[in-house]
Amino acid sequence: MNTAAPPITPASAAPNAAALPAEWRDFFTLTKPRVMTLVIFTAICGVLAAPGTIHPVLAFTAILAISMGAGGSAALNHWWEADLDKGMKRTANRPIPAGRMRSEDARDFGVFLAAVSVGLMGLAIGWLAATLLLVAVIYYAVIYTMWLKPRTPQNIVIGGGAGAFPPLIGWVAVTGDITAMPLLLFAIIFFWTPPHFWALALFVQSDYAKVGIPMLPVVAGEKATRRQIMIYTLLLTPIAIAPWAIGGTGWIYGSVAVVLSVLFMALAWPVGARMKAEDDKMLPEKALFKFSIVYLFVLFAALVVDRLAAYQGWLA
Amino acid sequence: MTPEEETEYRRRQKARNLVVAGTLLFFAVLFYAITLVRIGDPG
Repeated sequence: MNTAAPPITPASAAPNAAALPAEWRDFFTLTKPRVMTLVIFTAICGVLAAPGTIHPVLAFTAILAISMGAGGSAALNHWWEADLDKGMKRTANRPIPAGRMRSEDARDFGVFLAAVSVGLMGLAIGWLAATLLLVAVIYYAVIYTMWLKPRTPQNIVIGGGAGAFPPLIGWVAVTGDITAMPLLLFAIIFFWTPPHFWALALFVQSDYAKVGIPMLPVVAGEKATRRQIMIYTLLLTPIAIAPWAIGGTGWIYGSVAVVLSVLFMALAWPVGARMKAEDDKMLPEKALFKFSIVYLFVLFAALVVDRLAAYQGWLA
Repeated sequence: MTPEEETEYRRRQKARNLVVAGTLLFFAVLFYAITLVRIGDPG
């Protein structure tokens, strides 16, 4: 379903900005350090799980470049959405809407960080990984942030694609080619994001509606959101098990993926089947959201352990 | 600009300069390490 797009443009300079130079901490804030932890973790898993070897210095460089690309995209997101951020309690204290930084500084910082990340990846690792990194930056900063986020309630699905790039790029940094395995890692995060985020959206009152961003629970309603959580959970299950099913991993990953998938479905089912009651504590939704974080970390950790076990011959 | 604002201006400028200097030093070391690895890599 499409909704009319609100007139979103990059932020005009905050009224009291730039009297003083921004603190370096505010530039760091632009990179969304909390989101970065997931980016770094999944990128490391992609590097460690890939078949082949890479020098530790180059592995570090690849992960650094992925992180810088993500940070640059996040800074561009801050720049573009500063006017929206001003209208939401959660984001009003970000550097630009709070008036601590000029919006052009955030834009320039984002472009510089993204450009350096792609150059670094290309020169040190390879141009396939660098091209994927460039695509990831454009995907998040342009396709998601500027184009589709304000236009479709499926924005979370599209945003999930941006978060799915790090393990793919990490893997390609090691192997130099794109095979089914890194694409499956991409697909796992892509299909994991909607149930993860919409479970949160069901119990957290968001200001998005106020600023015209068409989030699914607001636009399509609670029932449709719960149905979509179930659909994406059902799609996620075979994809999570697929790396083992196609022979890309051993039984360690396979058994962990099966157990986690059963638990995920068991927690998603009550969320999909019920409706919010009066004075509802939203316990099933909170449980699903918390478990979804554990799910992703354990699944990717299992991938690395499985690879290490095979490499070290522990299972032989 | 009041004297307090000027002091704050200088403090922020100095802090930013230190971060930039540290970042440049870090990248100089990183590029040196990458070069050594790349030169030593026959592939």
